[in-house]
Amino acid sequence: MIRRRPLGAALLALVLGGLGPAHAERLIVSISNHRVTVTSSYSGEELVLFGSVERDPDTVARRGGYDMVVTVSGPRADMVTRRKERRFGIWVNADSRQFLGVPTYLAVSSNRPIDDIAPADVRRRQQLGIDNILLTQRVGTDYADVVASDPFRRAFVRLRTEHGLYREAANGVTFLTPTLFRTGIALPAEVPTGTYEVDIKLFTGGVLVGHTQTAFEIVKIGFEQFIATAANQHSLIYGLATAIMALLTGWIASIVFRRD
Amino acid sequence: MQLYLPIADLPINVFLVLAMGAAVGFVSGMFGIGGGFLLTPLLIFIGIAPAVAVASVSTHIAASSLSGALSYWRKRSIDPALALVLLGGSVVGTVLGVWLFTLLRDHGQLDLVIALSYVVLLTGVGGAMCYEGLRAIRRARRGGNATLRRPGAHTWIHGLPLKMRFKRSKIYLSVIPVNIIGLLIGFLGAIMGVGGSFILIPILIYVLRIPTSTVIGTSMALTLVTMVIATILHAVTNHQVDAVLALILMIGGVTGAQFGAQAGHRIRGEHLRLLLGLLILAVGVRFAVELGIKPDDIYTIRLSGGGA
Repeated sequence: MIRRRPLGAALLALVLGGLGPAHAERLIVSISNHRVTVTSSYSGEELVLFGSVERDPDTVARRGGYDMVVTVSGPRADMVTRRKERRFGIWVNADSRQFLGVPTYLAVSSNRPIDDIAPADVRRRQQLGIDNILLTQRVGTDYADVVASDPFRRAFVRLRTEHGLYREAANGVTFLTPTLFRTGIALPAEVPTGTYEVDIKLFTGGVLVGHTQTAFEIVKIGFEQFIATAANQHSLIYGLATAIMALLTGWIASIVFRRD
Repeated sequence: MQLYLPIADLPINVFLVLAMGAAVGFVSGMFGIGGGFLLTPLLIFIGIAPAVAVASVSTHIAASSLSGALSYWRKRSIDPALALVLLGGSVVGTVLGVWLFTLLRDHGQLDLVIALSYVVLLTGVGGAMCYEGLRAIRRARRGGNATLRRPGAHTWIHGLPLKMRFKRSKIYLSVIPVNIIGLLIGFLGAIMGVGGSFILIPILIYVLRIPTSTVIGTSMALTLVTMVIATILHAVTNHQVDAVLALILMIGGVTGAQFGAQAGHRIRGEHLRLLLGLLILAVGVRFAVELGIKPDDIYTIRLSGGGA
């Protein structure tokens, strides 16, 4: 449907996040910082996302008010979850599942419990809430997402949550006025660097009426970036330099503390 | 003071890491060991990924063993010939160990093998050292002589061919057992992420009957070379050496090592060995207990690739 429009309008629609005639509501959002920089004093950050719902004056007024679900997903990676079992008196890793291309960071905020916002089939289709977000597993030779109650999936989500990397807040989105909203995005210090996608979905009466996306990135700059790039792209030189640094430190120490 | 580590990707408290480096440095200076078997678990405990911990600790050990080795060199208590022959075996062992390391990691059993080798080696070596230390102390109390090395008490090892004269150690010995010991140490070092001097020193003293005067210095020289190689290998293969973390550890470590060495001179040899034995035994028992009791969480997550 976008293709039929003039280019300028299409771009505008993309920027503002309007999804065409099906949605009467347009979402306009902005993040407090699109580029989080990691420096030597970095210890996590809290971003603020705010925006407003622009309603087409022709449409009828919504009765039930708006609901919103904001999903922030970090760079994707493959991860293995292992389960220990007691064998011959000691605890060893027995069973494992590989999660493929799953978000390393995942935060779902909404203005009230997601179960109250939309019925189960919509929640599943729109991937609302951590339980409904696709986490692809490799089970033997098959690729599939399993039910939310799968023990490996549950353990995976629980462990990520314990590290603050997966989070779900049913009161994370605040409507300041019926159409003006804000939400916080908490980034713990351990979040990986990369591009973070923010997916904002607007519901009313359990029906999706507006949808927009935005993104921000977390990047290392300055000395941190220099070290990380050197370690990854010039690993031999980096290794040699580190070894020489070690030898110099040892040598200096032996001079400083020399007593004979 | 918080500082963000560029490779480990997390902020740490500089003073905490400095203190850990200094504490382990104190112990390593006191006993003449690298201290990797203490430092690596400590770093993992404060949340640093095991791969980063192992790789960065090897850099730290390189620094502390150089400052140690230099002072032993000045006292002429390093046997270069012995160190070279050990090194020959150790390089082969390291390559074998890295190969097995990768294989085990792919099968998810690396943690188990590391834990089991810690249990077996640490309790074994620690137990033997405690026993020997206690016996020596009892012997000293009775006023008997406490010499460990009985000249002329040769074992079958001393009958092997390909003999070579190790001048500084004043010993005439086959290169076969020396090479095999080097191989064993290199192999274990690559798998366990330790320098291996806590195993090497007892073997050189009790099995090969090399005089204690050259054992510690020679073992430090060997540790120095293997840890420099390990640093470069880890940097090239896994990109997991955190230079910032390593530098903080080193500064704490070399400082602590000086005070440790002073303290070590004040304690009598057999007491020192008993203490080291107890320390090694304690770490070994800790690993054994961990394997035996039900873990707090039977699930673990590890990154297995993809873009992170």
